[in-house]
Amino acid sequence: MHVPDGFLDAPTSVVTGAVAAAGVGLALRGARRELDDRTAPLAGLVAAFVFATQMLNFPVASGTSGHLMGGAIAAVLVGPWTGVLCTSVVFLVQCLLFADGGVTALGTNIVLMGLTTVLVGWLVFRGLQAVLPRRPSLVPVAAGIGAFVSVPAAALLFVVLYAVGGAAPVPLDNLTTAMVGVHLLIGIGEGVITFLAVGSIVAVRPDLCYGARRVLAARELEIRPAATGASA
Amino acid sequence: MSTTQSSSDRRTGRRPSTRAVAVGILLVSVVLAGIVSFYAASSPDGLTKVSQDEGFADTEKEHRTGDGPFAGYGTEGVDDERLSGGLAGVVGVVVVLVLGAGVAYAVRRRPGRDSPDRG
Repeated sequence: MHVPDGFLDAPTSVVTGAVAAAGVGLALRGARRELDDRTAPLAGLVAAFVFATQMLNFPVASGTSGHLMGGAIAAVLVGPWTGVLCTSVVFLVQCLLFADGGVTALGTNIVLMGLTTVLVGWLVFRGLQAVLPRRPSLVPVAAGIGAFVSVPAAALLFVVLYAVGGAAPVPLDNLTTAMVGVHLLIGIGEGVITFLAVGSIVAVRPDLCYGARRVLAARELEIRPAATGASA
Repeated sequence: MSTTQSSSDRRTGRRPSTRAVAVGILLVSVVLAGIVSFYAASSPDGLTKVSQDEGFADTEKEHRTGDGPFAGYGTEGVDDERLSGGLAGVVGVVVVLVLGAGVAYAVRRRPGRDSPDRG
């Protein structure tokens, strides 16, 4: 969903640029709480993984494809503030090095595919964690559902931005239906990829998954004397 | 947070080290960007398709960095399509990794004592 130069007018792009800058600025402060010597390299790796996976467009409908946005995956693996930094780095590199996403639209793309997917993905994830049993196996499920919801949410925000500062007059109901419709399908891919990626980390080292720490902390309180044989 | 860390470290006796997990994520990323990306769908993505269908695709302006050496996920001067895209993908993974880890290191907490996990 990389927005190119020209889709949104200059004032709208200035506003989204300011919002993106403010979001990244807040994230630089907030990420301090999430990052230490052990998790800092993981943040770089998660950013690299999101970049790599964004290259993998998958077909969603006739003549249409989609790819991962990655906000939910990054938020659950390394924390929401760090997730904002990871996705922002990806969009910056894509814009400057690969001409993917407009230069004046960089703020827009960070707001839509970074801030929005991190925020929505993380809130849905945490909401599900609050109601679901605290089991490590449910962490990737909640992450996948958060990821699924985050994509149409980003598409909806694009429609709002387009209504404010779109370059061409387009019937908004048509635009809404088209954008949300196709991004519901892309969201399924986002959810599946997020489920698999988070599931892989939780399976081998749940302590390295930021979103699993609460679950692990809860489990610590239930440790009983070891029975014979393995029980995991 | 600190209690989970100490107890999970005890539990990690037979689990892969942090370094092994890191190498795993890097390898997967390099393979995805360097090799698998060649097989990605080439049809327009959701927004591009909608812009064509709704009639505002022509408002797109030419990209200002569109003549860079890796523009469009290809490598300038490399004719082989598979190699050109794969090289660009690996370059992207490395650049994003260095930038991302650099930012993360810059803002991280710096504890007075050493972290218990040096894996």
